[in-house]
Amino acid sequence: MSHLLRDQAPISEAGWREIDEEARERLAPALAARKLVDFSGPNGWEYSATNLGRVEAVPDAPGENLVAARRRVLPLVEVRAPFQLSRDELLDADRGAEDIELGPLDDAAHRIAVAENRAVFHGWQTGGIVGIAEVSPHDPIPLGEDCARYPRHVAKAIDALLGAGIEGPYGLALGPEAHTRVLETGEAGGYPLLEHLRKILDGPLVWAPGVDGAVVVSMRGGDFLLESGEDLSIGYDRHDADAVHLYLEESFSFRAVTPEAGFALTP
Amino acid sequence: MPFDQYHEPPSELPAGTRTFARMCASIIEEAEAIGWYEQRLAVEPDRDARAIMRDAQGEEFKHFCMDLEFLMRRTPLWREIAEGILFQDGDIVEHGEESEEEAVEGAAARGEALPGAESLGIGGLRGKPS
Repeated sequence: MSHLLRDQAPISEAGWREIDEEARERLAPALAARKLVDFSGPNGWEYSATNLGRVEAVPDAPGENLVAARRRVLPLVEVRAPFQLSRDELLDADRGAEDIELGPLDDAAHRIAVAENRAVFHGWQTGGIVGIAEVSPHDPIPLGEDCARYPRHVAKAIDALLGAGIEGPYGLALGPEAHTRVLETGEAGGYPLLEHLRKILDGPLVWAPGVDGAVVVSMRGGDFLLESGEDLSIGYDRHDADAVHLYLEESFSFRAVTPEAGFALTP
Repeated sequence: MPFDQYHEPPSELPAGTRTFARMCASIIEEAEAIGWYEQRLAVEPDRDARAIMRDAQGEEFKHFCMDLEFLMRRTPLWREIAEGILFQDGDIVEHGEESEEEAVEGAAARGEALPGAESLGIGGLRGKPS
């Protein structure tokens, strides 16, 4: 039995299928970082740290004429988003109801997706994660609200990346506000701004809840590494007469090994 | 009633895993039957009896193949490895090693769930529609 304790929950196999499927549908569109950076794993819940391949000196080795060093690793962070579901709703699902209330699960999925995106793009200091936007050596460009200027901003960002020897294709993580503006905008001649930006990037443009402004990244590979311990999973905490308390959980680390391969467009 | 096909307590196994175990037991029985008919055919001198045994062995070939197809449909990694080995000319061991390495590394690169894991199996999403 895994630590998720799913077998202990008063939820039928059909109920779990409904819950897992809803979670996948809610998570996949919002997990912007996974659409743009390298993903490795999952390596399992027991996996605790990413090997950095580096050491730090340990000056006082216990003996004569010894050289000692300690391996440096990047610990994985665990993120858990608790939520609760009505037991009556789950019983209705077993009866074949198609419209059961899974709103708390949807909220939890959004919270954990935002947390992952923020960690990757803006960092998480207390979690030991340095984000793409904060580590980028390029001077950021303000995105602003004038969508007509977005292609120019993105082209400038790509010029800066090319100037640093960073090849494409490139991807663009757009914060929700900027993404809405892009979707609503058609340029002169009716050509959608979305398509224009994709042509400049030669790569995807993704909706990125949790991102402030936008971030351009190279997708040539090897620059940004998201390592998964336990991939997103749903576990059981407890239940009472009315509700089942569950949680969405994952463990991961993130490294920006080529800081110059990302470019921040501030809001 | 025997429950030899289970290595772990059946009550702790998900329904899908119990079905998988039953089909594994079934394919073992088909393979054993194929082997038994092969031995009988090797020693049976009666022409009519041999014809019946050959027909019966053909049934076992069919059952074995249906079981195998079911198991591989439920286990994409198994199917992927099998595709690199089955119906290929050349060195079987070499194909096996190459196929296993490519399939396992490919599954890891796609971020597929570990066997037995209970995750949502989302993994990496590069190349997926945004």
